[in-house]
Amino acid sequence: MKTPFITCVAAIVRKDLRAEIRSRELLSVMGLFALLSVLLFSFALELDRQAREEVVSGVLWVTLIFASLLGLNRSMALERDQGGLDAILAAPVSRAAIFVGKLLGNFVFTGIVGFVLLPLMTALYGMNLLRAPLILTTIIGLFGFATVGTLLATLTVQTRAREALLPIAMLPIVLPFVLTAVRATKAILSGAAANEWQSALGMLAAITLIYFLLCLLLYEYVVGE
Amino acid sequence: MRDEPAIILAERLSKAYGNLPALRSLDLSVKPGEFVALLGANGSGKSTLLRLLSGLSKPTGGRLRVGGWEMPGEALAVRARIGLVAHRPLLYENLTARENLDFYGALYGIDRRERARRIQDSLRAFDLHKRADSLARTFSRGLKQRLSIARATLHQPDLLLLDEPYSGLDQRAVALLDEMLAAARAEGRTIVLSTHQLTRVPPAADRALVLSRGRISFDAAIGSLDLSEIYRSASA
Repeated sequence: MKTPFITCVAAIVRKDLRAEIRSRELLSVMGLFALLSVLLFSFALELDRQAREEVVSGVLWVTLIFASLLGLNRSMALERDQGGLDAILAAPVSRAAIFVGKLLGNFVFTGIVGFVLLPLMTALYGMNLLRAPLILTTIIGLFGFATVGTLLATLTVQTRAREALLPIAMLPIVLPFVLTAVRATKAILSGAAANEWQSALGMLAAITLIYFLLCLLLYEYVVGE
Repeated sequence: MRDEPAIILAERLSKAYGNLPALRSLDLSVKPGEFVALLGANGSGKSTLLRLLSGLSKPTGGRLRVGGWEMPGEALAVRARIGLVAHRPLLYENLTARENLDFYGALYGIDRRERARRIQDSLRAFDLHKRADSLARTFSRGLKQRLSIARATLHQPDLLLLDEPYSGLDQRAVALLDEMLAAARAEGRTIVLSTHQLTRVPPAADRALVLSRGRISFDAAIGSLDLSEIYRSASA
């Protein structure tokens, strides 16, 4: 007897959101890091308008990646420290459902940070980042990070050097996301022709889908022992 | 569970972590409804055996059947019928007692209305109803252990696996745990409980097994138990 996929996913997401609303452990760390990063970049790079246009997409994605890394590390560490993952794995649920549940929880947290960051950077950098295509790029990119991050955080959290290991394992793997997301963001902000950012966005969506399917298949092996 | 004479059947069961053997060619048979106390020093293989039985780990050799199902191949079917209590409480500190039970109840596919009823009954049975809406992080070790057993029995498992449940409990909590185990035994559940405290055999247990260096070195009914024999076996 296996618990239905949706029931399991919903239970894990509800549990993660409920615990986070109460503790604000992940959001406060990720949010504060993101805020400090963009402030630091904004003061450190005293840029004119043209130079700002050049770097803002890089600043946005680098900040999002590192904020996500902090959140993912903490999220899985909480599961490990409280032993919850063992109890979930001992239940009659598919590993794919556990993966999707944890992924959606992580995506919501990184998404919240992303959507605080966009208006903040709009104010700090004097450029409108609140554009529909850019919001869509952020959603897809963050979903991709959360996908890879959930798999790798589950793997690295079992090691002693987990905090150092996650970025080392994750950064090379998310490179295709970062490059494509930065390309799409740059094209959107520079007002390039729609087909230019649309092709980058399409590529980002395709990479995300491939990574999602791969991670879904690999998760069973990651939690297998 | 399938109708089998043994709820647990291990034949030449082995488990190694790299080159380090944790269980060596272990043979074990446990009858339905039996309460087995698994004794042994730290590192003797008790936790490894319980992880194999619960499907959290895979054997590296031999054969293991739980409830008539082959492990690890049919672990999904077995998991629904197993309740696991580990030495850590496996609870979420930022959830209340009720929310913890609700979460695990959902994972075992118990529908919402039935879940609410069982949670209420369980909180009363384990004398936790007054703290039902308190966060688990505010609980003492004893209270957490009670909540942990409530969690592990919410889905009414046939087989209850407890790994070092006495760790960190004061005398009152130990007595309460023994009462709960006796009640579970009376309900017909099969229980396998591990402890490194060789003198801490639960009063309701039927059988004592001693694990030493990954092998069973002593196996006897509680009635014929000789403590000096147990000490000798554990230190062998």
